[in-house]
Amino acid sequence: MFCILAVVILGSAIMCVTTKRIMRAATFLLFVLFGVAGIYFLLDYTFLGAAQISIYAGGITMMYIFAIQLVSKRTLQGLEEHVKGSRVLVGVLAALIGFGTVMIVFFKNQLFDVMATMTEGEEVPMEQIGTALVGADKYGWVLPFEFISIFLLACIIGGIMIARNRSENTLNKGKEGKQ
Amino acid sequence: MIPVECYFALSAMLFFIGFFGFVTRRNLIAMLISVELVLNAVDINFAVFNRILYPGQLEGFFFTLFSIGVSAAESAVAIAIIINVYRNFKSDQVNSIENMKW
Repeated sequence: MFCILAVVILGSAIMCVTTKRIMRAATFLLFVLFGVAGIYFLLDYTFLGAAQISIYAGGITMMYIFAIQLVSKRTLQGLEEHVKGSRVLVGVLAALIGFGTVMIVFFKNQLFDVMATMTEGEEVPMEQIGTALVGADKYGWVLPFEFISIFLLACIIGGIMIARNRSENTLNKGKEGKQ
Repeated sequence: MIPVECYFALSAMLFFIGFFGFVTRRNLIAMLISVELVLNAVDINFAVFNRILYPGQLEGFFFTLFSIGVSAAESAVAIAIIINVYRNFKSDQVNSIENMKW
């Protein structure tokens, strides 16, 4: 199951960054997000998987598709993007060097030999998640919870302010930017 | 049972594929999509570390949850900026916004 998910994620990610057409890139991003949600389900974090599917795959991908449709027709047809060969080469080299460094550090250090046995996970109950999310005691998360609500409000206002049409016609004022 | 290293290898590969896309692509929305790949790789790492090291606690779980929310807000603001850039420059390539003020 993990191997299937890994193949789906990596193949879709490679297709996503190499395809010319921007709409196909968004579609492959959707597959990557579903694969990552599958990883969360595999780790028995079902709430995270559900949140990933509903927020990422449901919300963000829709927003990307609308943005792609709004922005450019020439990009949709894949006409405008010129990727230079030297830049691709530099990108591949930098990515391979970084990946090699991470893997060397990771396998030289033998970091997880002690606890390499993945504990057979039991699903985290919903009640525990809820009480920890709004709990104010030691392992409570109410402060980040409140902070992220303020943050989302600030982002909504900022999105409206940025995407507002500053010209005279106030017809479509503040129509974009909201999710 | 899957060995732990597989998860980290998967996450590192996803991270560097996103990095490669961010370096290579010259389209603003494509770069944003690559950033989403990188964020997903880091989210996988948070969840796996939580599952390995402290299965009874929920720190990595909540970090992933908040990271999903923050990245939703981030992509909303970034798309607003891109739409505004397109409205001003009639292009969504990186080359078109070399100078900040015109």
